[in-house]
Amino acid sequence: MIPAGAFLALAAALFALGVLAFFVKRDLLTQFMAVEVMLNAANLAFLALAKASLKADAQAVVIFVLTVAAAEAVVGMSIILLAFRRRKTIRTDDLSGLKG
Amino acid sequence: MAWVVFGVLSFFCLGSVAAMIVSRNQAHNALFLVLAFACLGGLFGLLDAPFAAAVQVIVYAGAIMVLFLFAIMMIDLKGGLPPERRRYVLVLAGLLGTVLLAELLLVARRAFIGAAGTVPAEGSGPAGIGHLLFTRYLYPFEITSLLLVAALVAAMTLADKPDRKGVP
Amino acid sequence: MARELWLIPLLPALSSAVLLLLGSRLSRRWISLQACLAVLASLALSAAALVRLLGAANGAPPLSGTLFTWVASGSLSVPASLTFDPLTAVMSLVVTGVGLLIHVYSAGYMAGDRDYSRYFGLLNLFTFFMLVLVMASSIVLMFVGWEGVGLCSYLLIGFWFEKPAAARAGMKAFIVTRVGDAAFVLGMLTLVAAVGGPEFARINAAAAAGGLAPWLATLAPVLLFAGAAGKSAQVPLYVWLPDAMEGPTPVSALIHAATMVTAGVYMVARLNGLYSASAVAGPLVASVGAVTAVFAASLALVQTDIKKVLAYSTISQLGYMFIGCGVGAYGAGIFHLVTHAFFKGLLFLAAGSVIHALSGEQDIRKMGGLRRRLPRTFPAFFVAALAISGIPFLSGFFSKDAILTSAYEGGHLAVWLLGLLAAVMTAFYIFRLVFLIFFGEERTDAEVRRHIHESPPVMTVPLAVLAVLSALGGLIGLPAVFGERADLLGRFLAPVLKAAEAPPAAVEWNLILVSTTAAAGGLFLAFLFYLRYPGTPARLAARWPFLYRTLIGKYYVDEFYDAVFVRPLVRGSELVYASFDLAVIDGALNGSAAAAQAAGRGASRLQTGRIKDYALAFLLGAVLFLGFILAWKA
Repeated sequence: MIPAGAFLALAAALFALGVLAFFVKRDLLTQFMAVEVMLNAANLAFLALAKASLKADAQAVVIFVLTVAAAEAVVGMSIILLAFRRRKTIRTDDLSGLKG
Repeated sequence: MAWVVFGVLSFFCLGSVAAMIVSRNQAHNALFLVLAFACLGGLFGLLDAPFAAAVQVIVYAGAIMVLFLFAIMMIDLKGGLPPERRRYVLVLAGLLGTVLLAELLLVARRAFIGAAGTVPAEGSGPAGIGHLLFTRYLYPFEITSLLLVAALVAAMTLADKPDRKGVP
Repeated sequence: MARELWLIPLLPALSSAVLLLLGSRLSRRWISLQACLAVLASLALSAAALVRLLGAANGAPPLSGTLFTWVASGSLSVPASLTFDPLTAVMSLVVTGVGLLIHVYSAGYMAGDRDYSRYFGLLNLFTFFMLVLVMASSIVLMFVGWEGVGLCSYLLIGFWFEKPAAARAGMKAFIVTRVGDAAFVLGMLTLVAAVGGPEFARINAAAAAGGLAPWLATLAPVLLFAGAAGKSAQVPLYVWLPDAMEGPTPVSALIHAATMVTAGVYMVARLNGLYSASAVAGPLVASVGAVTAVFAASLALVQTDIKKVLAYSTISQLGYMFIGCGVGAYGAGIFHLVTHAFFKGLLFLAAGSVIHALSGEQDIRKMGGLRRRLPRTFPAFFVAALAISGIPFLSGFFSKDAILTSAYEGGHLAVWLLGLLAAVMTAFYIFRLVFLIFFGEERTDAEVRRHIHESPPVMTVPLAVLAVLSALGGLIGLPAVFGERADLLGRFLAPVLKAAEAPPAAVEWNLILVSTTAAAGGLFLAFLFYLRYPGTPARLAARWPFLYRTLIGKYYVDEFYDAVFVRPLVRGSELVYASFDLAVIDGALNGSAAAAQAAGRGASRLQTGRIKDYALAFLLGAVLFLGFILAWKA
C-alpha cells in the first residue's frame, strides 16, 4: 500500500513545477496552464489526506475546487481573449499598465 | 503493483509538466497538460476516489483543455515566446521555489510516518460524495452553482464583440 | 417539521428583499398584496405548526429545526436553530396574526404615501426579525432578532425622515434602547460563558438545578432585564416610546404596541427558569413593572395628543406584564401580552382611522362628537376601551385579573395595590379619550370638519376583526373559578411555563369584584369629568397647578436626562473636540496622512504592473507562512 506521504511528496513536486513554469513562461496562456497545474497539485494533496483520514469530506472539497477552477478558466480565458483583441499581445511583460 | 502504477503515472505527470516548461509551442503545451491531467486522474483512482478521477478526466483533461485549445487557435502567436530572461525573477523564483518544495516535503514526510488508510474512506464512491454534497455541503454546493452562472454571464459579456455597445 | 420552520420567518424576509430592492418597479397594488401574502403565509405555517404541536404526544420534545452551525468556536457552538414550543406558538401567532391585520390596514392608511414599497419592505423585514426573536432556540440568535427589530423600529419611526422630529425620535429610540442593550449583551455573555451554551433549554435547566454561582444567578437576570426595560420601555428607559409616535400610526400599532415592545416580556418568560431561581430578579421585575404601570398611567391622564396617551398607556400595560412575570405568573404575563396586542393594536388602528378622518389632526382638544361621523371606527374604539379598562368579560379583564390575582396570592401586596391604582387610572384616561373624541360637541376646525370621512373598508375590516378578538380573546384564559380546565392558554403553556397556583374561589371572586370596581370607578370618574361636568379638569388644574404642571411636564424626566446625561455629554464632547480632537487627533491624522503619502510614493515603485513581480511576493508570503507553521508545530 502506498502511504499518503508519497502522494503528498508528488503533490509538492507538482506544485513546485507549476511555480517554476509560471515564472519561466512569458505568455499569459501558458502561465494560466501553470496555475491549473498548481490547483491540481492541491487537489492531489486533498485526496491523499482524504484517504489517510478515512473521511470523504476532502473529496467534496475537490469537487468544489474543480468547479471553481472551471469557472476561473472560463473567465480568465475570456479576459485573455479580450486583452489580446485590445493590445494584440499576450506577453505578460507588455501588459503592465495596471499600476499607480 | 500499486507502486509500479504510481511510479509510471507520477513520472509521466511530472515529465509532461517539465516538457511544458521547455517547449515553446503553445499547442504542444496544452497537449502536455492533457497528458499530465490524465495521469493525475489515474492517481486519483489509486487514492480510492473514482468520482474525482472521472471528473478530472472529463472536466479537466476534456472540457477545460478544449477551452485552452480554442483560445490558442484564436490567439495566433507566431513562433512562441522565449523563456524568461530577467535575472532577478529567475533567481528569486528558483530560490523561493526550492525553499517551498523543501517545506512541502517536510510536511509530506510527517504523513509518511503516519499510518496510511488501508481501506477506502467511508462513502468515497459517487453515491457517498453525492450524499455529502446534498447534506453537509448543500449551501456551498448551491453557492457554487451561482458562481458558475456568474462565470457564464461574465464570459459572455467579456468575450462579446466590442463594437455592439462600445463596452468593454 | 424541522427545517421547514425556517420558512415562517424567511417568507417575509424574501418579500422584504424584493420590495426593498425592486420596489420602485412594482405597482402599488402588487406591493401591498405581496407584503400581506407573505405575512399570511407565515401565519398559515405557524398555524400548521401549532396543529402539529397540539397533535404531538404529551411530553414530546418541541418542534425544532437547525439550519446550520452559525458559530463554532472552541467549545462554544451556536446553531442557527429555531424552536416551536407552546410559548413560541403563542408569540408567533400574535406576531403574524396581528401583523397581518396591520399590514392590510396599512394598505389603506399609507395609500397616499410616496415610499409605498419602502414602507412595506420595512414592515416585512420587521416581521422577519420579530419571528426570529420569538422562534430562536438560543439567546444568541434571539439577540439577532432583538437588534433587528430595533433597527426596523428606528427606520420606521424615522420613516418620514424629512420631518426633523421624526428623525430625532428615531435616533432617540435607537440610542435609549442601546443603553439597555449594552447591559443585555453583558448579561448574555456572562450567561453563555457560565452555562457553556447559548440554548434557552440549557440555561433554564442549569439555573433551575442551581448550577450557577449565586452572584451570577442574580447578576445575569438583572442585566438581561435592563435590556428588557430598554426594549419594553420600562422605568427608567421608557422615554423613547412616547417620541416614537412620530412614526406612521400602523407602525405604532405593530411595533410600539403589539409586538416589539413586548419582546422584553417574552424574554423574561422564556428564561423563566433563570428568573425563578433568583431571589432578587423576580421582585425587581415586579417592582419595576408596578412602578412603571402607575407612573406611565399618571402621565397618560393629562396628555392631549391621542397617540401620546396611547403610548403612555402601552408603557403602563407593559408594566402589568412585567408584574405578572415578576411574581412568577409567567403565563398570566403572556396572556396579558396577547390580549394587549389585540386591544392596544385596535386602539392604535382606530386612532389612526380618526387621525386619517381628521386630515392628520392628533390633538384631542380639537376633536369631539365624532361618534356619528365615524360609525365604524367608534364601536371598535369603544370595545377596545372597555377591554383595556378591565370591564368584565372582555379580554383585558381576564388577563389583568390573572396578573393581579397572582400578585395578591404571591403576597406582593404593594405591587397589587399599585396595579389596582393603575387600573383605576387606565379606565379613567382611556374613557377620557373616548368622551373627548367621540362625545360632546364638535371642536374640530371648520376646514377639517368639511372633510371628515369614514375610512375605507381595507382599514375598517381589520378594526372589526381586532374588535372581535378584543372582546372575546379573554375566553382562552378563564380564571379557575369558571372550572378546573377553563384556563386553555395556561394549560397549553404549561410545558414551558409552570402555571401559578389558583387561589380559593372566595378570594378569587373578591379580587374580581375589587378590580371590577376599580375599572368602573375610573370609568365613572371620566364620565363625571368629561361629559357630566366638563369644567372639572380645568378647575382641578387651577387648584393644584404644581401637580398639573408636573404631569404635563412628564415629571420632567426628559429634562432631567437632558441635563444630567445628554447636555454634559454634548458639552464634554465639544470640549474634547476643541482641545483634543483638533490638536492631537487631527494633528496626528494629518501627520500620518502625510507620512502615508510619502511612504506610498516610495511603495508605488514596487507596483511595477508586472505580474511576475507580484507573483514573487505571493511566493515569498507562502514560503514564510509555511515556514512559520512548520517552526511553530515542530
